[in-house]
Amino acid sequence: MKEEIININDVSFAYSKQDVVKNITLTIHKGEFVGLIGPNGSGKTTLLKIMLGLLEPNKGSVKLFDKPIKKFKDWSKIGYVPQKATNIDKNFPATVQEIVLMGLLSTKKIPKIITQKDNQKIQNALELTNITNLSKARITDLSGGQQQRALIAKALVSNPLIILLDEPTTGVDQKTQENFYKLLAKLNKKGITIVLVTHDIGRITRNVTKVASINQKLTFFGNHKEFCAKDKNHPHEHTLCIHGE
Amino acid sequence: MIEMLTYPFMQKAFLTGILVAIACAALGTYLILKKFSLIGDGLAHIAFGGIATGLLFGITPFISSLIFALIGSISILKLKEKTAIHADTAIGIISHASLGLGIFIASIARGFNTDILSYLFGSILAIKDSDLILSTILALSVIAFILLYNKDLFYVTFDEESAKVSGINTNFLNSMLIILTAITIVSSMNVVGLLLASALIIIPPSSALQLKTSFKKTILWAITFAILSIIIGLVTAYYLDYAVSGTIVLINTLIFLIIMTYKKFENYFNSKKINYSNS
Ligand SMILES: Nc1ncnc2c1ncn2[C@@H]1O[C@H](COP(=O)(O)OP(=O)(O)O)[C@@H](O)[C@H]1O
Ligand SMILES: [Mg+2]
Repeated sequence: MKEEIININDVSFAYSKQDVVKNITLTIHKGEFVGLIGPNGSGKTTLLKIMLGLLEPNKGSVKLFDKPIKKFKDWSKIGYVPQKATNIDKNFPATVQEIVLMGLLSTKKIPKIITQKDNQKIQNALELTNITNLSKARITDLSGGQQQRALIAKALVSNPLIILLDEPTTGVDQKTQENFYKLLAKLNKKGITIVLVTHDIGRITRNVTKVASINQKLTFFGNHKEFCAKDKNHPHEHTLCIHGE
Repeated sequence: MIEMLTYPFMQKAFLTGILVAIACAALGTYLILKKFSLIGDGLAHIAFGGIATGLLFGITPFISSLIFALIGSISILKLKEKTAIHADTAIGIISHASLGLGIFIASIARGFNTDILSYLFGSILAIKDSDLILSTILALSVIAFILLYNKDLFYVTFDEESAKVSGINTNFLNSMLIILTAITIVSSMNVVGLLLASALIIIPPSSALQLKTSFKKTILWAITFAILSIIIGLVTAYYLDYAVSGTIVLINTLIFLIIMTYKKFENYFNSKKINYSNS
């Protein structure tokens, strides 16, 4: 069995009274590309935040890299691109380079001096996401797709073993989206585990190896062939299923 | 200019003024990005209660206002944390309570109204050495903290949740921002007076932000503007006997207006937007 990266066991969570995540158990292994799908408001973002320790479940347990999340310290192993990450205040003064650098901070101790080696890492991340020429540009001067790449570069710069992306393609055009999925496939081939959250089930990439579908509860978790077989009963047209065979 | 620097009181004023300017402008840049900028005003009101209390009980007002501001900042944090009250409301409640206390004390003990005025309007050229030294130490400690934590602070102003996932202790940094503001306000009280204490926190970074440049340059410009205003303020006070604090704030306002006008013209003339047409 491959190494377990994320393990959530019988997790429930409520912001106030009502559970928005209910009795979910799932394990994500090294090298997997998991598509976490479900309609708007189904609890995807909440579940992701629970996986990252941003929210504490009311019930159940979470492990990262086989450690109880409270004891987990190796944050450089994790890259995260939050939902609406490209909603950046127009006045926010940061260049692409400065944003990507933030992703390195998990690897360093106060006072977090940036070395030549760190700058090389930043360069590599910019190259990987194909935005080297934009390093000195202000992030708010870029298009949505370019901002997206910068945020992925930030998530990748610490050489993480897993990246989690929350609806990263909202608001970008079809072509940018395709390029973006190609980039994710490339990263997954390099061995990086990926968790991709989307509500847009019709557009989910065909590269996912596993599908987790939630609507408060986990309604399906398995490889995409099984998902498509099950899906034949439904009238949806999933690119996942059309191209997936 | 050179002659004026031969007087020890001028040397001390320059040294303290410049360090306070650096602390205010650097801290202010983070506060503005975090939309915390008005907290400075609130803490200045809180410090006012401290001054009146100090004068009443014969404690150095500098010390009592520092204690008030620190207790105030911690109470704001606790109110926010332990109740459903929002940060700005918490600031409003605590600052007005302390301001009310200050006014109450001042009215029952009429004797020291003139002393209070000197704290409200500031008089860097007239204050005691001990106050100047304390002010300098406070400013230096704020600067030291920012030097150590600048990258984490920047990250927290950009996106708190991502910062957390990078293992950064965001609660600690948010609390420190408020506590540092309390310290900075009290140290800048000596330079520009309590009424204008938060001006150096708000205006120089706002001017710098209009330049629309990188974060590093923004914070350096903010510091430059603040220092420039201190120097001009002290020089005109020396030669023309104008109130230092008023001049400092007016210079900053002028810099803000000049940059704003310049940017308006610039936008007007090259209305073609920069296009990074490469994906
Ligand atoms: N901070 C919050 N406070 C209260 N309710 C919330 C909060 N965030 C999300 N919710 C609610 O929790 C449910 C799940 O939300 P979310 O996890 O964001 O779903 P998704 O990401 O699948 O769209 C929704 O009903 C939403 O309204
Ligand atoms: Mg969501």
